[in-house]
Amino acid sequence: MTTLSTYRPTPGPLHATLLAGTVPLFLGALLSDIAYGKTYQIQWANFASWLIAGALVFAGLALLFALVNLVRAEHKAGQPLAYFLLLLATWVLGLVNAFQHAKDAYAMMPTGLVLSAIVAVLTLAATWIGLRSGGAR
Amino acid sequence: MKTSSTLTLLSAALLLSACGGEGDKTQAHGPDPKLAEQQSSLIPSMKIAEPTPWGEQKPKVPEGYSVTAIATDLAIPRQTLVLPNGDVLVAEGRGGSAAKLKPKDVIASLIKAQGNTQVKGGNRLTLLRDADGDGTYELKTVFAENLNAPYGLAFADGKLYVANQDALVRFDYTDGQTKAAGAPTKVTDLPAQINHHWTKSLAISADGRQLYVGIGSNSNVTERGMEVEIDRAMVWQIDAATGAHKPYATGLRNPTALTMQPGTGQLWTVVNERDELGPDLVPDYLTSVREGAFYGWPYSYWGQNVDPRAQPQDPAKVAAAIKPDYSLGSHVAALGVDFSIPAMGDTFADGVFVGEHGSWNRPNPVGYKVIFVPFSNGKPSGEPIHFATGFHGDDGKTRGRPVGVTVDPKGALIIADDLANTVWRVTRTQ
Repeated sequence: MTTLSTYRPTPGPLHATLLAGTVPLFLGALLSDIAYGKTYQIQWANFASWLIAGALVFAGLALLFALVNLVRAEHKAGQPLAYFLLLLATWVLGLVNAFQHAKDAYAMMPTGLVLSAIVAVLTLAATWIGLRSGGAR
Repeated sequence: MKTSSTLTLLSAALLLSACGGEGDKTQAHGPDPKLAEQQSSLIPSMKIAEPTPWGEQKPKVPEGYSVTAIATDLAIPRQTLVLPNGDVLVAEGRGGSAAKLKPKDVIASLIKAQGNTQVKGGNRLTLLRDADGDGTYELKTVFAENLNAPYGLAFADGKLYVANQDALVRFDYTDGQTKAAGAPTKVTDLPAQINHHWTKSLAISADGRQLYVGIGSNSNVTERGMEVEIDRAMVWQIDAATGAHKPYATGLRNPTALTMQPGTGQLWTVVNERDELGPDLVPDYLTSVREGAFYGWPYSYWGQNVDPRAQPQDPAKVAAAIKPDYSLGSHVAALGVDFSIPAMGDTFADGVFVGEHGSWNRPNPVGYKVIFVPFSNGKPSGEPIHFATGFHGDDGKTRGRPVGVTVDPKGALIIADDLANTVWRVTRTQ
């Protein structure tokens, strides 16, 4: 079957781009939150909201690739599963964070900042493992 | 962080699963409401009651009164004015051009639009005339057009004042006129940047020399930044002759209607308070407007109840904030107020009528009616009385949304309905 011969154990260019793209987006949201907490300048909170929204689009598409990789992996336990679960956790907490950031003015703080920090670490970990292994070996 | 209202995501998305239950039970009315605890839900409640035409139905009014639609097919009627000869002027329009700053603004505006009329705002004044006094307003004609979201109306000494969303303007008026002689004269510009709350309410002193304009805040609670709130959330006093203005009272989040108390010359207003602190906060209110007073927004509400969302906080302003006179209940969205007269009948002789547009961010809808707040000795006294209901039906559907209420000296109440694009008139039958 051709589908099997084209199956990549490591992420393809599109999968890798989507996955790696989540890092600057979620990291940008964290930095914007820090700036908002320090200055009370609302534009930083607006930036954070849109960065998170963009990151959720990238992470959501990467999650679909990760799921396909997991289903097709010969040995599902280990890194393919770890990668998928990390990315899933990133996306779910990222969505919670998006709603947290939708609150008016300072109501998003400090929970929004804490969530942004956790999600930034999660997305780094997911990207690291995802790009190293591709989720299957 | 509470996730208890996750279920409201479903109702927000579906919109149409309206529940006809009475949402009033947890609402505190009166001069000293017991305030609920602040709540913060991850997903704000949004409940838009499904609009549907009135058909054969009408608003329900008390026994001894009847209601008639005196004008239909208007272009978003908001506030009305009764001229000395009995003609009724209707301000029609929709304003606001606030940018959507967050993903939330995009989603919320789509949801809220479900509960509003799809008609384009008229940007005009329509005149209604009942020449023979039979209760049928046989003449419906455009008095003035090309206005910019006109809302507040006032008349004194042959001058008709209109509060557009960006300027206060004036027409010369002679008795019996059905069309303005020309373009209006500008009295003064009004704060119009962003116009998150665009309605400019208007009242005039009995001698016609001072005008009062209510200017709403540019946000729910400073989420567009503190710097865009200069000259917002306040009532201006404007000299009718020169256009000179000064802040008359501040900290009033959205003073959507103003009226003069007959006899005393005291200015009163209804104010829409802030959202997203829970279904039972913060009470919208009716209050006399004290000159120089600060009413709390954005730093606090109902006196010294601090709102932590407004940062940086200002403890000195919180300490200075005064309590309003009378709670109407949270999220009822009072948009109209007018003093009654003895010709309205014994029960409704002394007090104010209040038009409640109705809630959009509360699981059980409230408002969607016209109430009467009885007064004694010049102050609100006792529980509100329902005057016109049925705008939000027991079937969970919404047929109308009251805005401006105006007492006709002949002994009738005129109600603008901006969902059905209708003007109702409630008269006595006994």
